[in-house]
Amino acid sequence: MLDLQKIVKIFNEGTVDEAVLFDGFDFHVKQGEFVSVIGSNGSGKTTMLNLICGADAAQEGKILFRGQDITMLPEHKRAKFIGRVFQDPKAGTCAGLTILENMALADNKQKHFGLGFAINKKRTDHYRALLEQCEMGLENRLNVKVGSLSGGQRQALALVIANMTDIELLILDEHTAALDPKSSETMMYLTDKLIRQRGITTLMVTHNLRHAVEYGNRLVMMHEGNIVKDICGEQKQQAKVQDLLEIFNEISIENGNGV
Amino acid sequence: MNIILNICRVTLEEGFMYAVLALGIYITYSILDFSDLSVDGTMPLGAIVTALLILRGVDPWLCLLISFAAGAIGGMITGLLHVKLHIRPLLCGILIYTGLLSINLVLLYLFNNGTTVASFFRLPTIFNSGLAALIPESIGGTHIRTLVVSGIMAILCKVLLDVYLKTKSGLLLRATGNNEKYVTLLAKDPGMSKILGLAIGNGFAALAGSVIAQSRGSADQQMGVGMVVMGLASVIVGLSLFRKLSKLQATTMVILGSIAYKAVLSIALALGLPTEYLKLLMAVLFVAALVLSGKKETHKRRAA
Ligand SMILES: Nc1ncnc2c1ncn2[C@@H]1O[C@H](COP(=O)(O)OP(=O)(O)O)[C@@H](O)[C@H]1O
Ligand SMILES: [Mg+2]
Repeated sequence: MLDLQKIVKIFNEGTVDEAVLFDGFDFHVKQGEFVSVIGSNGSGKTTMLNLICGADAAQEGKILFRGQDITMLPEHKRAKFIGRVFQDPKAGTCAGLTILENMALADNKQKHFGLGFAINKKRTDHYRALLEQCEMGLENRLNVKVGSLSGGQRQALALVIANMTDIELLILDEHTAALDPKSSETMMYLTDKLIRQRGITTLMVTHNLRHAVEYGNRLVMMHEGNIVKDICGEQKQQAKVQDLLEIFNEISIENGNGV
Repeated sequence: MNIILNICRVTLEEGFMYAVLALGIYITYSILDFSDLSVDGTMPLGAIVTALLILRGVDPWLCLLISFAAGAIGGMITGLLHVKLHIRPLLCGILIYTGLLSINLVLLYLFNNGTTVASFFRLPTIFNSGLAALIPESIGGTHIRTLVVSGIMAILCKVLLDVYLKTKSGLLLRATGNNEKYVTLLAKDPGMSKILGLAIGNGFAALAGSVIAQSRGSADQQMGVGMVVMGLASVIVGLSLFRKLSKLQATTMVILGSIAYKAVLSIALALGLPTEYLKLLMAVLFVAALVLSGKKETHKRRAA
């Protein structure tokens, strides 16, 4: 459903700081796949996600979504079918608005933002039901400003909000990284639940190798703008954290900075 | 006694009129988080447009709407400069203000026989025609009609703004000032939302210009000088002074802020401050308001 073809991405092109990240990068995602993406810092994971969402543009190459060329489509138009949760819990919600206001806005995604009243009291039961899935008691705090929630709560809310409308692709960029271990586990559990419920195609970047192994049905490892490992099906099920660590080490040794 | 009563009346009248302007600045500065200087140009634009139209016999109430539209166009251009050409907010405002200096003068030259002040004393205004004519001009020797009309204008603007902020479009505007990324996630262009917010904010500024011109019976370019400082100070004073007192709506606090600000100016003048020091006092008050609200914020942060 998603096709990145011969992507060339150069940062600071034409300056002394020029850095070629992707040079003919290809990546293909099938409908219904839940892809865990791992790789050392600076390997290009976030940049890949930015290119897919339209937050960044490549110098060359094409991005196809369901066979349609979306290379030139602006970010907000891609958001109609792509949902995203960022690493920063502050990014996916509005701190100064209440939970109810945030959800009412998200509920109106895909529609026109006109002069009708934003909050429809009849929808609050539906919002509560969605929030109950988080098991954090958020359903009883609809009128609380989002800024007063904890990072874990905000991130859970951001995830629920990203899933409120019929998106076709969910993008998670280290969405559990800023959370404490317990919230991080809760968040992964919730993520998996939501994804299974809707069978939504998902790309999840994570630094937690155990999450990468335990969740999802495909695993991709990136290094310096290349995909160095790509497993799915049986192979993915049998993958172990230890194996992944070994590959990480091999790569470091090849680069002359072995441990 | 009579003098004090008179000062209070004038303070309230002006407080209400400039509150309309402060509400506009509340939209751009507080809701949209955009430091917009174009107000110094769009406020006199509204005043001059109204004066020229009233001189041509246009209904003064209709002039309010036309001035609002004129200001909104100015604000829209500020927004376009920022969103499409990526010019910084402060610079956008300065550019629009500078451009409007000429446009306002050209309007006066073309349609007011080359003079720089458009006067329309004794012609119908919102303070003496239509529904306003039904309000008694004075009670017990005190002129009240201007006070009532300007009070109604301020409250009407406040209520309209409150209702708008509860609509989908209004809530999206609040979200835009809060977190642009969130608006993008909602599949909306935050740039369009900013342009709309600046249009509304400058519409209010021009509307205030129209009301103030009608109360004076004249309009000129000079009216705009210091409007940003005055409006911003009213917003900051209002929001910081009255926040702790009670659970007032922000728009109400802005109106009270405008009145409080005017009160300080009136008191200073009554105590014998020469008028040429007025703008200096405005600037000093603004700094005082900033310091005041800044202190409150650090307190809050420490408490949190
Ligand atoms: N805006 C930018 N300007 C310059 N270089 C960048 C920019 N964004 C990313 N890079 C570079 O691209 C590489 C990949 O970054 P990124 O995609 O953030 O990696 P990851 O998310 O895998 O840690 C890094 O070497 C980084 O320095
Ligand atoms: Mg990253």
